[in-house]
Amino acid sequence: MTPPHTAFARQDTDGRMHGFPSGRPSLVCFIKEDCKTCNLVAPLLEAFQKAFADQADILIVGQSGAGNEVFRKRHALTVPVLDDGDCAVSYVWNFEVVPAVFWTDGAGRPLAHFEGFVREEWHDLAKKMSVVLGRGCDGIVWSDYPEWRPGCGSKHLDPDVNDRLKANAEDSPIRARRIDIGSSDDVSEFMYDQGFSDGLPLVPPTPERVMRMLTGTRRNPQEVVADVPPNMGPATIEKIAINAVMAGCKPEYLPVVIAAVEAICTDAFNIHGVTATTMGASPILVVSGPIRHKIGMNMKLGALGADNRANATIGRALRLVVRNVGGAKPNGVDRSTLGSPSKFTMCFAEWEEGSPWEPLHVERGFEEMDSVVTVFAMTSGPVQIVDQESRKPDEVAGSLGLGLEGVMLSKIHKMPTDALLVVCPEHVKTLTSEGPYPKARLRRRIQEVTERPLSDMVAGLTSGAGLPRSLASKMSIDQLGAPTSKFADDQYIHIVVAGSEAGKFSACFHGWVTGPTGSVAVSRKIETY
Amino acid sequence: MAAVTILDPTDERIPLERQIVARTADVKGVVGLLDISKPRGNVLLDELEYLLGAKLPGVELRRYRKPTFAKPCPDDLRATIKAECDYVVEALAD
Repeated sequence: MTPPHTAFARQDTDGRMHGFPSGRPSLVCFIKEDCKTCNLVAPLLEAFQKAFADQADILIVGQSGAGNEVFRKRHALTVPVLDDGDCAVSYVWNFEVVPAVFWTDGAGRPLAHFEGFVREEWHDLAKKMSVVLGRGCDGIVWSDYPEWRPGCGSKHLDPDVNDRLKANAEDSPIRARRIDIGSSDDVSEFMYDQGFSDGLPLVPPTPERVMRMLTGTRRNPQEVVADVPPNMGPATIEKIAINAVMAGCKPEYLPVVIAAVEAICTDAFNIHGVTATTMGASPILVVSGPIRHKIGMNMKLGALGADNRANATIGRALRLVVRNVGGAKPNGVDRSTLGSPSKFTMCFAEWEEGSPWEPLHVERGFEEMDSVVTVFAMTSGPVQIVDQESRKPDEVAGSLGLGLEGVMLSKIHKMPTDALLVVCPEHVKTLTSEGPYPKARLRRRIQEVTERPLSDMVAGLTSGAGLPRSLASKMSIDQLGAPTSKFADDQYIHIVVAGSEAGKFSACFHGWVTGPTGSVAVSRKIETY
Repeated sequence: MAAVTILDPTDERIPLERQIVARTADVKGVVGLLDISKPRGNVLLDELEYLLGAKLPGVELRRYRKPTFAKPCPDDLRATIKAECDYVVEALAD
């Protein structure tokens, strides 16, 4: 047996409650006040009311809020017009077009259903009702009505309304605590007061906005992507989506944010240490592969700066997840002495098409058509490296090396620290002006030009940092003269291409401690559909 | 009535600040006066009971007392107040 339609109880325009089912046969018709076809059928519904009201419930369910009363008065209806302004009943009754007609038995089981206006269907309905109720329905001149008129899309299918209804439905994928903000409260101020913000205004994560954000992924909203340090808060897809909404992301950015959360919460990346260090590290995100174009990321002019929504909000969403889900906040576990603007956001894409080298993600073992996010723990940057004069490959490579010597402190060499070098297109041109200039050669060149005798690193009057004099005094002349490059290993120098085609200005980000005791760069594939 | 509903972006381990319920224009029914048992809280509540009794003669006033101020209100007492009262005044005097 066909199951009955979902029960409901709604007020009519006079404030009287009407329940469905009532034990009597019912005709339920959903309408919108501004729908021409709904207005066309109003006299028919009134005729049904006059003919059958003593044996059946004739109910008009209006989606138009205050417009329901306008509709009732316009047609001088005695049929009750029930309020479904929030479309909650329309949503569960699940139809597409108004007028939507449902003829049911006393238990609410369907006997007939149609949408829009086909004269034949309405005429048949009148006949069916007459048979069931044992009397005719006079006074309708069917020939006065057109054969067919299209209805209007039901209001519950409007995207905004539908997202809200989905979010509130019994089978809603949303499980997060709902916070009702009083009408006297300013939403933005409230979110500041609750400590949700990184200092900048937030987009309110309403259930409908979060529902829309979740359309950016096919993953189960309750799937736990990672436990986010320091509080080990479970980052579900839903929680990430909420923070992505607040950050200003579009749904298509969500997979990048999810992959970034996965990446930073690995033991290798060590987001706890990155967040807690007084040195002030933060995740820097580099996005690779086709998704860069799909979501409109900036990889050219101003790539490391402001104005591109994807660049700006993906990095911010990650930061909000760390502070809100993980609980890492300044004065709490975030103990950075100075902090860094990168703690707000730092995310950009590599301009792979402008690079002479294989893209970062391919270098790191992924397929070219994969979309990948790579996270680096960096303490400062972007620091500009200016060289407008070099015309030879090794000359400009040398300048890039000298530009990197300032990582942490220029005097400190052989450090287990990463650096992310962003080579601008004009420097790329110079590097490759005489033929290929592989990344390995560039890394070697950087190490060559930063070679200094170990004695330069001994603590002294100019700078007390470096190799302790007590240790240096025990070294031989040969040992103190040993050439010492900036980085403990070539592999710590990470290289990408970005920036506009005009300007000989590359940049670098300075790393934190790399290796198992610090943070190692991690790449994660971005799920794309 | 909430103007806006948002979803909690945190791991939900920290309780939210409660929202103030809608204010009513007048006071009817039963008003509970909860003494948290901090010294001299009863003095404040005695005075309040006197003033409310004088200003709102139709309103019933009932006194309640927490066993100790150092712990949250026991569930039973909270349920009793909720069942018996329309309003409650909690004295947090020190």
